[in-house]
Amino acid sequence: MVVAPAVQAGLLPHLETVPVVSPGPAEGVFSLLWVIIALPALGAALILVLGNRRSQAWAHLLGTATVAGSFVLAAVMMVALVGRGEEDRQVGQHLYTWFEAGRFQADVALLLDPLSALFVLLITGVGALIHLYSVGYMAHDERRARFFGYLNLFVAAMLVLVLADNYLLLFLGWEGVGLASYLLIGFWQHRTSAAVAAKKAFVVNRVGDIGLALGAMLLFATFGTVSFAGVSERAGGASETTLTIVGLLLLLGACGKSAQVPLQSWLLDAMEGPTPVSALIHAATMVTAGVYLVVRSSFIFERAEVARTAVMLVGLVTLLVGAVIGCAKDDIKKALAGSTMSQIGYMMLAAGLGVAGYGFAIFHLLTHGFFKANMFLGAGSVMHAMDDDVDMRHYGALRTAVPVTFLTFAMGYLAIIGFPGFAGFWSKDKIIETAFGVNFWAGLAALAGAGITAFYMTRLMIMTFLSEKRWAPEAHPHESPAVMTVPLIVLAALSVLGGVLYLGGWITDWLAPVTSVEEHHELAVSPLVLTLIVVAVVAVGVAAAWFLFGRREIAREAPRKVSFATRAARADLYGDAINEQLLMRPGDRLVESLVTFDDAIVDGTVDGTGGAALGMSGTFRRVQSGYVRNYALSVLAGALIVAVTLLAVNLA
Amino acid sequence: MSFPWLTLALVLPLTGALVLMLLPKSSSARPGESASALPQQVALAFSLLTLALTVGLALRFDPNAEGFQFEEVHTWIEGFGAHYALGLDGIGLTLVLLTAVLTPIVVLASWGDADRGRWSVNSFFAWLLALEGLAIGVFAATDVFLFYVLFEATLLPIYFLIGGFGGARRSYAATKFLVYSLLGGLVMLASVIGLYVESARSSGGPTYLLSELVPIMGDVDTGVGRWLFLGFFVAFAIKAPMFPVHTWLPDAADEATPGTSVMLVSVLDKIGTFGMIRFCLGLFPEASTWATPVVLVLAVVSILYGALVAIGQRSIPRLIAYTSVSHFGFIVLGIFVMNSQGQVGSTLYMFNHGLSTGLLFLVTGFLIARRGSRMIPDFGGVQSVAPLLAGIFLVAGLSSLSLPGLSPFVSEFLVMTGAFVRDWWYAAFAVLGMVLAALYILLMYQRTMTGPVRPAIEGMRDLGRRELAAMAPLVTLIVALGFFPQPLTDVIRPAVADTLSHVGRADPGPTVTGADTEAETGADAETEGAD
Repeated sequence: MVVAPAVQAGLLPHLETVPVVSPGPAEGVFSLLWVIIALPALGAALILVLGNRRSQAWAHLLGTATVAGSFVLAAVMMVALVGRGEEDRQVGQHLYTWFEAGRFQADVALLLDPLSALFVLLITGVGALIHLYSVGYMAHDERRARFFGYLNLFVAAMLVLVLADNYLLLFLGWEGVGLASYLLIGFWQHRTSAAVAAKKAFVVNRVGDIGLALGAMLLFATFGTVSFAGVSERAGGASETTLTIVGLLLLLGACGKSAQVPLQSWLLDAMEGPTPVSALIHAATMVTAGVYLVVRSSFIFERAEVARTAVMLVGLVTLLVGAVIGCAKDDIKKALAGSTMSQIGYMMLAAGLGVAGYGFAIFHLLTHGFFKANMFLGAGSVMHAMDDDVDMRHYGALRTAVPVTFLTFAMGYLAIIGFPGFAGFWSKDKIIETAFGVNFWAGLAALAGAGITAFYMTRLMIMTFLSEKRWAPEAHPHESPAVMTVPLIVLAALSVLGGVLYLGGWITDWLAPVTSVEEHHELAVSPLVLTLIVVAVVAVGVAAAWFLFGRREIAREAPRKVSFATRAARADLYGDAINEQLLMRPGDRLVESLVTFDDAIVDGTVDGTGGAALGMSGTFRRVQSGYVRNYALSVLAGALIVAVTLLAVNLA
Repeated sequence: MSFPWLTLALVLPLTGALVLMLLPKSSSARPGESASALPQQVALAFSLLTLALTVGLALRFDPNAEGFQFEEVHTWIEGFGAHYALGLDGIGLTLVLLTAVLTPIVVLASWGDADRGRWSVNSFFAWLLALEGLAIGVFAATDVFLFYVLFEATLLPIYFLIGGFGGARRSYAATKFLVYSLLGGLVMLASVIGLYVESARSSGGPTYLLSELVPIMGDVDTGVGRWLFLGFFVAFAIKAPMFPVHTWLPDAADEATPGTSVMLVSVLDKIGTFGMIRFCLGLFPEASTWATPVVLVLAVVSILYGALVAIGQRSIPRLIAYTSVSHFGFIVLGIFVMNSQGQVGSTLYMFNHGLSTGLLFLVTGFLIARRGSRMIPDFGGVQSVAPLLAGIFLVAGLSSLSLPGLSPFVSEFLVMTGAFVRDWWYAAFAVLGMVLAALYILLMYQRTMTGPVRPAIEGMRDLGRRELAAMAPLVTLIVALGFFPQPLTDVIRPAVADTLSHVGRADPGPTVTGADTEAETGADAETEGAD
């Protein structure tokens, strides 16, 4: 393993284990690495350039086929990667130099390593399933072709994000997924609410992007490069202050993309987009990019304690905030969105725990990708059955009406609450355990989060599939067609079986070349006892929901007289209100006063003094009455003055 | 002596202008009957010929050769030391190309815009071509006197284009533009005369030839140099325009036809920032370094001020004009941070801004012409009835907010990186422009294009073939240069390296070096790792 020069010099002995990115050449099947991105990019380009009308007949087929093709290619490469020795599992492919100026150079170059390989599989695998599902879900939308164009654009951008070998190309993918997200949240742009939500998502993300952009600039100023290889090699030589600032800037970027506090406010509104979008972009893949960024930059965070602690704190706060919001929502998609925030909070928490947690962050990211995509698509299937009604107070007893959706959703439910044996059980349990190993309070908060998760998910389950019918009179729920249920079944299977990734500690060993190896923490109690405690807390959450919702009648209208806590949670813990008071109102006032200042003072001074000095006020009036040609003369006069002055100077 | 290609590039559009003036006036005799499109076709032909010629020049341009290429030097007025001297370096070539690319597009997009003008359709396209020729001359001039004369001469066509073919308050706007510009020109004139005085005193003078002036100005008294610098800088700052001398632009853009706005903002305003590199830095390196702290602050203020005021605008062209104030702030910032990233970024920015703002003015021009109003609140839901128009509007907007993958991102990122390397806090403020840009563009898009279809919008036509043909090359260039900017940066980088070595600034090296860069950065690299 290559280590940083400073480490070789023995300056930082405790960091000897931080791995360095140093990819080998892309030979054999890996020479096709660029094709993984090119396929969906081509799909998007064809569909969007030809337009909705001309591509209507085949856009959904092409869109699904390109992503499926990328998945097959990625799977082949994964097999090839597994077949290699641990130290040979980094493949780099330099395509061309994007731009350069002085020492600055940005390359279009790709990096496939154990970390990005897992992401590529998740993005193309879940992506292909969601494309397939959308064929049915969007069948009646006349702009379905365009929808597939946007979806393909998203997949291509997301693949650029995770396959980039430097921070700048990553930024291209980063803002590319932001664009796709903007287009898809606002897909039904004729609804003002959708257009506003799309704009909000883009702008809030841009606030985070400031961090990523400045981070890349600071990396260049410090190391003279923005490539992962260069930075990871030289990071040992930089001061901790510099690395801490880089870490905090990257964290700002991660907060935007991953909807972490304080940049969380856009995600709930983003549910305005079609449900497959919520599943793919706002649950399984894009919103986890922040976690990817932190884990990818482990060579920075390992050397910046303060930044890492900040990551942990952001994760902790968000996992609780998201969970609390999830408890109060009656809109099924918003309840799931709160849950997504919360689960990404878990991943952030794990990433903030450092070497012990990186592997589990990615593990939970993958299992969450399975079960959350599963549940979002399930919610879409329910909405499909209920004429696009999203209010769970109008559902109830749907288990018989949509049996496949119910069963597959139940698998996702058991996975997310951490029912023993299901995917989420393994991944969340490891995060809570590791958190306790690092800091008791962090562990406790993560444990509490598990209880709340069980509570709100049970509530959602009861209100939707159990309890009694509260349907609208015209509702005739029906099961979705096979093109929608097959992806549900596959994702349900993955929700059940996702835990095999940890079989024999596979995933942490697999990621070791990227994130280094796990340290062992001594816990106050044995892991088994801790697991039992977690399961007990989850059981309490489930029971509480059962007593509150399962045994009582659920009102068709949301009750008005509720506690302060419920009101706050319904209002997203006042996230929007805070932004409004602290940023938007003062911002509006600033803009307003600047416009007045510009008109009255800056321009007014000019009009005034200009008029006075040149006696223009009279001439202005004359000009406005039509004597424009006079001004041609004045220009000529000007030219004459030039010549005369020059002559005068010359003769003097 | 080789063939005077540059003179041809300058004369070709001017000839076109002359031909158009001599052409019989086309008149649409009866309403409803379409007039002959002869003037448009003539203008298009001449502008396309010019484009072909400049592309040929670009292909023959050797990026690695020293100094100016395609040089022509003839003594003009011996007593002043004035020459008819043309030549191109990478920076000049970039802007000549921009001018040549945009003019045929503007002709195509302005096809019917001159029909309701004060003067004939012929004259509109004649002024347009005249403007193109003069602008090419400005970017190719290597004699200060010639530059000054052409610089002032460009005012005439644009003045007539605004005053003759604009909106209701066009006369006010045109006069305001002219007064501002003449004032700037007057200040510059003082400096031009000062240059003469200084060069006449020297052994080689009098001369206005850039190559001879540069060594002369190297020996000039510091105080004199600074005064002369100020004269040029003020004129260029008005032209660019920078805060606080920007208020002529929103009025001009608001009243002018879209095509005129493009020529004004995308081409003519670039003379300001081009002049800063060529003349401020070229002739007065000491004074430029002296003024840097103030200029950088003004640039950052322009970025944020322009963007904030843009957010509050209700008229679409005014909004775009203010975004340009913000963008020109970026360009000036990149020039005066005095490093490779900043100046390569700025030069590229001039080109990219020309494309993206050009596209934005033209596509919103189509929109405004259809609705008969330029006020944002008069629109809503256009995307449902004219998806193509909305799509191109979005592409233009996204390029204006510097989305990666579109060409303006490359230049804006380079400028900000240059600012960061200079001093991080310039970048920390400038980067806020990224968020503000997202706000002003997406707010405008949301209010005009999305939501329920307004009654007045129903039945709005989508883009026609001619309009699409005008937009397509711009969109293609913006995307292509977003991913492959190297053809331009290859040409720009050597020219910037020349400028920087002239100013005497070397790029700072990284603070932490790896094994492979250690040798190259050598002693000036400090390693912080030990603490």
